[in-house]
Amino acid sequence: MKMTLQRLKRKAHDRAVGAAFLAPSFLGALVFYIVPFGVVVYYSLIRSPLVREYVGIENFKNILANSAFRQAASNTLQFSAVAVPLAVILAILLALILECKIPGKSYLRTFFLSPMMVPVASIVLIWQVVFHYNGVLNDFLAVFGQDKIDWFKSEYGQIPIVALFLWKNLGYNMILFMAALNNMPKGLLEVAKVEGAGPVYCFFAIKLRYLSPTVLFVTILSLINSFKIFREVYLLTGSYPYETLYTLQHFMNNAFVSLDYTKLSAAAVLMAIVMVVIIAVLFAAENVFGKDVEG
Amino acid sequence: MKKLVLAVGRGLLFLIAAGFAVVFLLPTVLTITNSFMAETEIAANYGVVFTSLSNAATYVSDKVNLKFIPDMVSFQQYATALLKSPDYLLKFWNSVILVVPIVVFQVLIAAFAAYSFTVYRGRFKEVLFFFYIILMLMPYQVTLVPNYLVSEWLGVLDTRWSIVLPGIFAPFSVFLLTKFMRRIPVSLIEAARLDGAGEWHVFTKTCLPMCRSALYSIVILVFIDYWNMVEQPLVMISDATKHPLSVFLSQINSGEVGLAFAVATVYMVPTLFLFLHGEDYLVEGITYSGSVKG
Repeated sequence: MKMTLQRLKRKAHDRAVGAAFLAPSFLGALVFYIVPFGVVVYYSLIRSPLVREYVGIENFKNILANSAFRQAASNTLQFSAVAVPLAVILAILLALILECKIPGKSYLRTFFLSPMMVPVASIVLIWQVVFHYNGVLNDFLAVFGQDKIDWFKSEYGQIPIVALFLWKNLGYNMILFMAALNNMPKGLLEVAKVEGAGPVYCFFAIKLRYLSPTVLFVTILSLINSFKIFREVYLLTGSYPYETLYTLQHFMNNAFVSLDYTKLSAAAVLMAIVMVVIIAVLFAAENVFGKDVEG
Repeated sequence: MKKLVLAVGRGLLFLIAAGFAVVFLLPTVLTITNSFMAETEIAANYGVVFTSLSNAATYVSDKVNLKFIPDMVSFQQYATALLKSPDYLLKFWNSVILVVPIVVFQVLIAAFAAYSFTVYRGRFKEVLFFFYIILMLMPYQVTLVPNYLVSEWLGVLDTRWSIVLPGIFAPFSVFLLTKFMRRIPVSLIEAARLDGAGEWHVFTKTCLPMCRSALYSIVILVFIDYWNMVEQPLVMISDATKHPLSVFLSQINSGEVGLAFAVATVYMVPTLFLFLHGEDYLVEGITYSGSVKG
């Protein structure tokens, strides 16, 4: 009897301490993110902030019918669907290469991390020099008889941005994978080698399974960063770029500038829903794939 | 024979990796070296791309000329940036007083929260953590309106608090730190408790020291993120004299490319310092857990 009482007390105490540690972050998040997000949901369901009349899903119907929104959503989806997997796969490849005993490893690592330091403004200038109509890349391609392309104003508009995204993010992703490869139990790999498993088999059957929590982690980070690239796109091309570069963030930013809060909110809620689905699918996939290995 | 093949293979891999690495490094090098070019040289090199430059130049090459080594080292741009206009130094200071509190308090508060998410797990916590992830994933534009409204409501609009406060409570470092902390074996924390250590003691003396590299790497990531912010100040602060240098830098028009490179180089110094000082932590931050778990 005394035992259980003590246990209950201990449990209550634990809970209180746990809550106390979480409180500062939770209260702040509540005020600055969670309640405001509730406001966004509310705005998405009313006529306008001035005429607060419940209109159901009308705002959602409106933006889904809006061609600018569709263009923006499909561009954003396309960009993330290309850039994020590339950022994960190329980072794994680079990590595997640097894992081999090659000279100057730590220098190479620093080089790959260096893009994190370069200020946005200078990145924007350099990208213009490279991808401008009269830029370096076109001069280079001219050697092979390729006609000049106005990269930022063409159907290839996303290519320089994907390159920018990879250039910025591959380094950190790579060191996350390098760390994960280092942490892998060496015994298992040696046994596999003795048993005659080739490097390709080792990678897919063993390494990749152990990497799967890191793959999830890196995917989430890359997804966040794929949305942050708007900053560079915006500085490179302004509020109304060529249609291949018009992203959801442009759509929302322009709605904010024109004070169309309900339109913005409806777009934000739709985006949040898609994000919840994507994250849930990623979590589920990681659960299935990395089930029997520890994180 | 097999050894030879291996050696050649390794050499090839090295060449590929090194090639990529150099391409990755180029923009950093370009930024620094180009900051030592005089305005006329910049104009001659990039006049084709930034047409506003070509008006100023006597001679503009008909091709863009990506050059790494200046014909003549000039401190003209630095003189303009640092001596002639106090504006840049003021903006630099604005950046510092915006970013430092965000980094310090975001990481501190995240450390508390991550400890709670790691040690006291429960159904509610898992749901809340998922919520944090979703919030973290939202692009800034999604929280634009609510952030604006909250700032207005708190009466901090047009002050730096409208950026600092949301920054402090941003869920990003909570997520990262929780991920790192969850790799600390629970047994170590249990052991500290069995030794009779109070919860605060366990947190400060057992948990935090083990996360030191993780903390440092998060400091670097958060610092870089906010050091380069552009959107937030533009929305929250209408008074341009309060803007950080990152905003100002992004608005230097293409007529002042050389100046932009010089200011960018100056702006890169704190990041460079953090980086050189902590690159090993950045790598260790995650590697570390392996040594405990084996």
